[in-house]
Amino acid sequence: MKKFSIENLDLYYGAFHALKNVNLDIDETCITAFIGPSGCGKSTLLKTLNRMNDLVEGCKITGRVLLDGEDIYYNYDVNLLRKNVGMVFQKPNPFPMSVYDNIAYGPRTHGIHSKAKLDEIVERSLRQAAIFDEVKDRLKKSALGLSGGQQQRLCIARALAVSPQVLLMDEPTSALDPISTSKIEDLVQELKKYYTIVIVTHNMQQATRISDKTAFFLLGEVVEYDSTENLFSMPQDKRTEDYITGRFG
Amino acid sequence: MKKIIPINRMTLCQRLRNYLHSPLSFLIFLLVTLAALFSVFILLFLVVYILIMGIPHLTPELFAFKYDSDNVSMFPAIITTVQTVILSLLIAAPLGIGCAIYLTEYAKKSNRLVPIIRLTAETLSGIPSIVYGLFGMLFFVTALHWGFSLLAGVCTLSIMVLPVVMRSTEEALLSVPDAYREASFGLGAGRLHTILKVVLPSAVPGILAGMILAIGRIIGETAALIYTAGTVAQIPKDVFQSGRTLAIHMYALSNEGLHVGEAYATAVVLLLTVLLINTFASVIAKKIAKV
Amino acid sequence: MRNRFDHELDLLGNEMIEMGALIETAIGDAVRALCQQDAALAQRAIEFDAQIDEKERDIERRCLRLLLSQQPVANDLRMISSALKMITDMERIGDHAADISELTMRLLGQDYTPALRHIPQMAEATIKMVKESVDAYVQKNQQLAEAVIAYDDVVDDLFDRVKFELIDTLRQNTGDGELSIDLLLVAKYFERIGDHAVNIAEWVIFSITGLHKDRRII
Repeated sequence: MKKFSIENLDLYYGAFHALKNVNLDIDETCITAFIGPSGCGKSTLLKTLNRMNDLVEGCKITGRVLLDGEDIYYNYDVNLLRKNVGMVFQKPNPFPMSVYDNIAYGPRTHGIHSKAKLDEIVERSLRQAAIFDEVKDRLKKSALGLSGGQQQRLCIARALAVSPQVLLMDEPTSALDPISTSKIEDLVQELKKYYTIVIVTHNMQQATRISDKTAFFLLGEVVEYDSTENLFSMPQDKRTEDYITGRFG
Repeated sequence: MKKIIPINRMTLCQRLRNYLHSPLSFLIFLLVTLAALFSVFILLFLVVYILIMGIPHLTPELFAFKYDSDNVSMFPAIITTVQTVILSLLIAAPLGIGCAIYLTEYAKKSNRLVPIIRLTAETLSGIPSIVYGLFGMLFFVTALHWGFSLLAGVCTLSIMVLPVVMRSTEEALLSVPDAYREASFGLGAGRLHTILKVVLPSAVPGILAGMILAIGRIIGETAALIYTAGTVAQIPKDVFQSGRTLAIHMYALSNEGLHVGEAYATAVVLLLTVLLINTFASVIAKKIAKV
Repeated sequence: MRNRFDHELDLLGNEMIEMGALIETAIGDAVRALCQQDAALAQRAIEFDAQIDEKERDIERRCLRLLLSQQPVANDLRMISSALKMITDMERIGDHAADISELTMRLLGQDYTPALRHIPQMAEATIKMVKESVDAYVQKNQQLAEAVIAYDDVVDDLFDRVKFELIDTLRQNTGDGELSIDLLLVAKYFERIGDHAVNIAEWVIFSITGLHKDRRII
């Protein structure tokens, strides 16, 4: 099942043509990885999926992005879109609030104020993000006191708290140590049962470990898009081969 | 316990020996140390001097409800000061904070109004306070027929501290990491919600610092008040009555030359007030910043 | 930590056990068909080899996928690379079992059962070796693997005995020459199966200690 459908997407930052005629379908409940060298447009494309690029000045987009068949750039409530398409950022960015308030922030924003309901959401989200046992005794303490890996899982829990359908992850482990990284990788593979996940990563091994499909980007173009196994064992494009074997440029 | 002998610690003797090779660094080291010591000394000297001169005159009568020429009570001045501070901030804070929020959160970077507002604010903060006083007298006191009144003084002071509040709030807002805003938007929160629930709470310490600065300027101000709020030593019953703040009270006493001791006593009270406000504000800021 | 990977490694172990079991069945069937002169069973034993080849392919695929996706290191790397080497020998054992059954087909109709003597014992010994070498791999049991290697002497002894007995028969001119040669070939296949089991055990030891025939190869 297709979740996202990107059609003839072009994106410009001012005069810079950052994405060139991107056509890509993202499957439901599947992990899709975007790989490619820095500045190839993979993060940019990720951010078009929940319109975070709207916040960037001088960013112009043409083409269509369909979520479940609906054009998210046409008559679509941006706040609702971002509720449905959650995001986890490169650096863990918990709010300077308690663990509890961090998770409850999203639901409160969307009008849930009942204590019992919030309690339930907070516990469920923290459990889903495999961090409940580590923080259950410090729900009222500041989230900034957690380790980097815990903070990132907290951010994942926070994103899950608004019950999104899609989870966008922008290099979620690049600021973390290997142990935290593999915890998050395990977690992501658990989550794929319930969510469609798109992950941008610099780490090709990570892409092979966790993703089902991989798209390779170069200079704003999608060079190759295939199942991860195919792309990493028998890439069709010379440029893909050069990049994944480290013989790039 | 095993005794630890660190190998990375230099004794004074070793350090001095190192300086033998480079007399210039030693000279600089000496100069900066002296500068630091001297600054602290001046400050301490000032405080101690004021305390010594002021405390003996700090009699209970000085806090009598009414001021008359026999007993130059500072009580009315204290009340007036509090009134002035509160009223000025009531005007300056919403304006300044609102303006700062507009600049940092709403205005696009390409907006041409932004540099103009910044330039205006900077110019305003550079103007000597006597100029504000003169403007206040011409505009509020004369043109608006408010006379020497608390209101005229407060309005003048508000304009004066507006750039301070604005700039410090802006700095505080700018120092809130964009990651917080991104996270909030990413969860589907709107701009207003993000500002109210995420940005402003984390900017509170910075905003409070700006308020303290503003309060400091208000409490210490004389030039802008003499020609606007006047110098009548009474508790203003409404905003159209004249009143004198502590600073003006002190200025008036030392100007007359009859109650120099009491002027020092007033200085002691002023000093304590400022100290109190600072501690109070930093305690609040810490409390808020904690969670 | 890396729960999924650990799970995949467990699955690999299971598949190795399954392949081991297939081989045991193949050897068992081959020797039974031989002893009982059962043509149908021999035919089935020959066809059974395809299943073993299929299993080898599955394990290969799983190992390559793990190498690609998990970039294993240390113990994990040795486990997976050993598995890749082991299945080659295991597949060869399967081939030999089929070869034995092909010989059985050729021997059909001749009365050779009295001459078999030690051959069933050889089959039993090699089955034991195969089973224990795979067990040693899954349990990471070095002693067991070493025992398998030592046990090869038993198989070699049995082979020698079969050989000398056949030579005696030929000397006394009491037996059919072709039959004796065929039986020697059967014994030789069992002896080869024992050697392959030793190879497997050596890779098991590598997977545990990093030493192959007492030498580091990486």
